[in-house]
Amino acid sequence: MNLITDRRRLLMHLRRFAPWLMLFGLVLVWQLIYMLRVYPPFIIPAPVDVLVKFRDVLLDGRLFNHTIATLVNVLVGLVAGLLLALTLGYAIAKTPILEDILSPIIVAIQSAPVVAYAPLLVIWFGSGPSSKIVTGALIVFFPMLMNTIVGIRNVPASLKDLMRSMQATPWQTFTRLEIPSAMPILMSGLKISATLAVIGAVVGEFISSNAGLGFLINLARSQYDTPLVLVAVLMLTLIARLLYGVVSLLERSLLSWQRRSQRN
Amino acid sequence: MTGHITGRNLVASYPAPGGGILPALGPVSFDVAPGEFVCLLGPSGCGKSTLIRILGGLQLPSQGQAFLDGSLITQPSPQVALMFQESNLMPWRTVLQNIALPLELKGVEKVERMEAARHLLPGLGLGAEFADAYPGELSGGMAQRVALGRVLIQRPEVLLLDEPFGALDALTREQITLDLMQVWAAEQQTVIMVTHNINEAILLADRILVFSQRPGRIIANIPVTLPRPRRIDDSYSDAFGQVAQQVRAAVRQAHPVMG
Repeated sequence: MNLITDRRRLLMHLRRFAPWLMLFGLVLVWQLIYMLRVYPPFIIPAPVDVLVKFRDVLLDGRLFNHTIATLVNVLVGLVAGLLLALTLGYAIAKTPILEDILSPIIVAIQSAPVVAYAPLLVIWFGSGPSSKIVTGALIVFFPMLMNTIVGIRNVPASLKDLMRSMQATPWQTFTRLEIPSAMPILMSGLKISATLAVIGAVVGEFISSNAGLGFLINLARSQYDTPLVLVAVLMLTLIARLLYGVVSLLERSLLSWQRRSQRN
Repeated sequence: MTGHITGRNLVASYPAPGGGILPALGPVSFDVAPGEFVCLLGPSGCGKSTLIRILGGLQLPSQGQAFLDGSLITQPSPQVALMFQESNLMPWRTVLQNIALPLELKGVEKVERMEAARHLLPGLGLGAEFADAYPGELSGGMAQRVALGRVLIQRPEVLLLDEPFGALDALTREQITLDLMQVWAAEQQTVIMVTHNINEAILLADRILVFSQRPGRIIANIPVTLPRPRRIDDSYSDAFGQVAQQVRAAVRQAHPVMG
């Protein structure tokens, strides 16, 4: 009896530490590869070199500046793409003829790889932040648009009848029925979009720019400064993960009713 | 006294899947007096639900007219409240917020409307501990009580009930039927209720309209003159049995196969 509970407790501890163990193991293998000189150090630098580089660029302010530049691009692109997708998605959900008119363009934009048409955006919008924002907005746009359309179209007809029978105004139906009813689908769209926005900004920065983590990666790569490339990549990962975390928190508070309902 | 419902030669039809027209209802004509409790009884698919939707202003008839207190019904009216087989609660709203929704749409202050909703709970057979529960945490019977609360808070003159207890188990159904009877005894609204249950209809109604198969027509108009207040035990009485026989004979006509 005691043995079983002890084993179960041990297993629970193990599960909690499993991700950290995995991380530790990865760094260990990395260090091993470095020490065995499988690859030259400019291809696989030591973990410590990356750490040192991180400290250097943190202290000289470069990391901060480029991170802020990327963060601004990401956030503005995300918000712009969201607003566009939400309004257009709502309009399309309400007027099917709009879908017939717009779907060829939307599908074409979605089918073309962003990396392929991003240079065009730089030509049109310049090498400043606006081209990155447009790239981010475009990449965010499609999943959010689809989720908005599905979310609004899936509002139950019975609840629409209910609102009608209580003489709800169109605005009341929008705020009290359509938005909350579509919210779960909108939130899952936002989760996808938040991570995509980072990709959009970096793709824009890769093509042509003088600031941002994408720019930093390009620069570092041309100088074979592999530790700096790794620092910038880790920073981007952190931004994407943080954004995802913020959206998850938002989802938890907005959809708390779902968790309460599932418990039953 | 208001809440007078009239149907004149009401016909409803839908476009058939293979082209042409599928008649669903009618023609039916009837009169429901203010404060009267009328049950609509008939085989499924005979257009009773369509009739409820027409009277509720959610749908226009293909032919004929429906009137509320002499004026043509073309859209939902604030005097009329509807209730369906599904509770249609908003899962993101608590019990109180669901009940208070109609008042919220009318612009009643939050404190006031929540208080009004809280006042209804005991009469609905809902404990105060459910006030802040979400619909997903409720049983089917409780959800339907909340839906009834959302109807009653509108203080309607006419209640249109489309098989409101059809999805509930027999015991819950009996209890909630009794509760509805008490509400009606106190408020004396006009009630038109669709049901498949003969005993339930006799227990509740002043009058039972029996419908034929699709397209539904009224084939019997059976007054129920049993004294009120009625109790479940009344269903074992001779008078009750006579009405039941009468209704069953009419239903048999509507359902020749089952007879």
